[in-house]
Amino acid sequence: MADPLLRLTGLTKAYPGVIANDDVNFDIGENEIHALLGENGAGKSTLVKMIYGLVKPDRGSMVLQGQDYTPSEPSEARQRGVGMVFQHFSLFDALNVAENVALGMENPPKTRELAERIRTVSEEYGLPLDPSRIVGTLSAGERQRVEIIRCLLQDPKLLIMDEPTSVLTPQEVDILFQTLNKLRAEGTSILYISHKLEEIRTLCDTATILRLGKKVATCTPKDTSARELAEMMVGASFATPEARQTTLGEVALKVANLSLPAPGAFGTPLRDVSLSVQRGEVLGIGGVAGNGQDELLAALSGERLSPAGSIELLGTDVSRQGPMARRDAGLLSGPEERLGHAAAPNMSLTENGVLTAARREGLLKNGFIDWAAAKDFTEKVISTFDVRTPSANTAARALSGGNLQKYVIGREIMQRPEVLVVNQPTWGVDAAAAAAIRQAILDLAANGAAIVVISQDLDELMEISDRFAALNEGRLTDAVPVAGLTIDTIGLMMGGAQDMEVAHA
Amino acid sequence: MIHLEKRPQPSQVWTVITPVLAVILTMIVGGMMFAALGKPPLEAIRTIFWDPLFHPQFAGYSRPQLLVKAGPLILIAIGLSVGFRAGIWNIGAEGQYIMGAICGAGASLALYPSDSILLFPMMVIAGALGGWAWSMIPAILKTKFGTNEILVSLMLVYVAESILASVSSGLLRNPDGMGFPGSRNFQQWDAAANKELIANTGMHWGVVFALIAVIAAYVLFARHIRGFQIRLSGEAPRAARFAGVNPNRIVIFCLGTAGALAGLAGLFEVTGPAGQISIDFNSGYGFTAIIVAFLGRLHPVGILLAGLLMALTYIGGELAQLMLGVPGASIQLFQGMLLFFLLATDVFTNYRIRFGQGAA
Repeated sequence: MADPLLRLTGLTKAYPGVIANDDVNFDIGENEIHALLGENGAGKSTLVKMIYGLVKPDRGSMVLQGQDYTPSEPSEARQRGVGMVFQHFSLFDALNVAENVALGMENPPKTRELAERIRTVSEEYGLPLDPSRIVGTLSAGERQRVEIIRCLLQDPKLLIMDEPTSVLTPQEVDILFQTLNKLRAEGTSILYISHKLEEIRTLCDTATILRLGKKVATCTPKDTSARELAEMMVGASFATPEARQTTLGEVALKVANLSLPAPGAFGTPLRDVSLSVQRGEVLGIGGVAGNGQDELLAALSGERLSPAGSIELLGTDVSRQGPMARRDAGLLSGPEERLGHAAAPNMSLTENGVLTAARREGLLKNGFIDWAAAKDFTEKVISTFDVRTPSANTAARALSGGNLQKYVIGREIMQRPEVLVVNQPTWGVDAAAAAAIRQAILDLAANGAAIVVISQDLDELMEISDRFAALNEGRLTDAVPVAGLTIDTIGLMMGGAQDMEVAHA
Repeated sequence: MIHLEKRPQPSQVWTVITPVLAVILTMIVGGMMFAALGKPPLEAIRTIFWDPLFHPQFAGYSRPQLLVKAGPLILIAIGLSVGFRAGIWNIGAEGQYIMGAICGAGASLALYPSDSILLFPMMVIAGALGGWAWSMIPAILKTKFGTNEILVSLMLVYVAESILASVSSGLLRNPDGMGFPGSRNFQQWDAAANKELIANTGMHWGVVFALIAVIAAYVLFARHIRGFQIRLSGEAPRAARFAGVNPNRIVIFCLGTAGALAGLAGLFEVTGPAGQISIDFNSGYGFTAIIVAFLGRLHPVGILLAGLLMALTYIGGELAQLMLGVPGASIQLFQGMLLFFLLATDVFTNYRIRFGQGAA
């Protein structure tokens, strides 16, 4: 192989408590579409941010076209011919396409000239786009074209694309792929970040797989099966789980054909989700982030109401009830985002206890808060779950992530739920705290609660779940018993690949 | 280099110090402004802050004015603080105040010359309802159509002012007033007058209601779940929804409370100190109350103190205009400085200053 376009050597970046990238080496060749593949938190974003000059590596070096490359900011990266299209667009709705493009350029030409160039480039690459359209009226796919054209106008040697297809319709994906192939033919290399395995197998020449900040392998995706790719993403450490002894009771939570539209521009709609959980059982729901996890939790907790008849709690239809009524009925939940969602950052732990436990724990008398009882409850959570905090009066934001997580999960568990739904219960939590939280969840199930754990940590799901289902673009697969589940099947369930039937066979 | 570093917890000390510091800075910079205007700075400051209360000649007149002015300011500011705590920015208290006055006064004038003892309580209720109804316009527009309550409530002030201009020279004009604009004078109509309750103190029903509002707001925020939900909605809207708080209900409650209290303030003003509905009875209390609410840190007791302080600058300002001939605009500037310095020093509650090169 000829000299690579970009060579990464020993790139390392550590953040407090976590090594985002650990000694990553790989080459991106000329005329190559190079996939960067990995689970959430594998370090993909940090890596591309280093290449694009947004983050400075602690160690290691980069060589671009034979010359040292140490961009200190994105404008330097752009000057050297590195462009990036982000997953979330940075466009102004009220301005037109040409004005938006001009804002992202170092020395924008005159508007008329720029419009002409936009028209030429957009036609050349099969990305039809009218420079005078107001961005607010464009679809997600068209907005992405604006971002791509903004990069193309600077004649990049390397174009970084962060999960470009996550916002596109299948037709738009086809157009995008044609464009990318054309770009490659003309000598632009592309670093393509995704976790959609089939996509990578169709499009990319080479794939580099990251897991926990380390490079696992570089391979040719066309010669590698989706199964093998999934295995490398998830890791070889994966142990086939065994069945746990559980005594199952009645069905506590039943969701039938639940569909909800996406809550916002970047949300995921829930499509025909069905599940049921029995007392004593833990249902694990896996899937790559952004496939409907938050939306599912909001629908179950009652933050978003569902069509009548779709959610049944202990035999009663709760679809049209809000969070308070569902809590009264025994359905408690823990969202992923600790600060700002599960807890109010500037409020004390006691106040955050009142947040969800006010009614179940009898902290209210005629609408007046019994602060002494609230403090007792909070201190009970703190001591039972070993939350390290100076006092119950400490503001939630002053606690470390792991301690706050122990508090918000503990707060729900201490209320003895009939059904508990948690999203990412151990996200960003140190190993000891994570083990404690998992144990508490298992104990709760053993006492007869039904539990739904939504998580992106497969190891965790395999450790604590009885059955496993995966979310993919808002669809939930059928739940299968975890015992005997192989990594192949899991990868396919998560990736939403076509050959599910083969895998089951 | 100077860096701002976020404190892990809001500083208790600074929460108390910032208003004091803001007042001191206002005195210093305000003094410089008066000096630049060619007035003796120390004397100007003393005229504003000291003379209204202790001047041998004027204090007898100006001391009762303190409560007269502070009453409506505190009443309105308490209502505003309820919304501000929830992140609902009602800027239109002035309009709600005017509409409360018009409704309360109008209700009684329809019954002129009744001398029922129920007349005044009925006016109080009508005043509160008038302000409440006016605040329901931005509330309903916000909950139904997602409009911005800042703009709608502010615009409605100008609508209310136009209505005031219209009724004071039309519908509510005193038929015995020989064609002059303005309603009957309530001070000459015992059953409808908001009398001074204790002679020479300025204490009237509006002040009583203001004190009740302070206590009620204190209990609401310290003890009641609704107050907790309001604070939660302001601190972390997503967490509030997770807790099961209905954001629309909070909007309706907060704007409604603010409107009703502003309406009450208007009613007490028009039947008391102002005496009659006239084109300019309102004197801008609804806007000044915004400063009072923030100066008082949105805390009921703070608002009580801030209302008194603000009233003092009003009276002192008038005195300074009279005695030293400073322009009226400079007094407004002076009050504006107070808010400016408060917001500026407020940063230190949540941040501390670090000198030198901070870690990147």
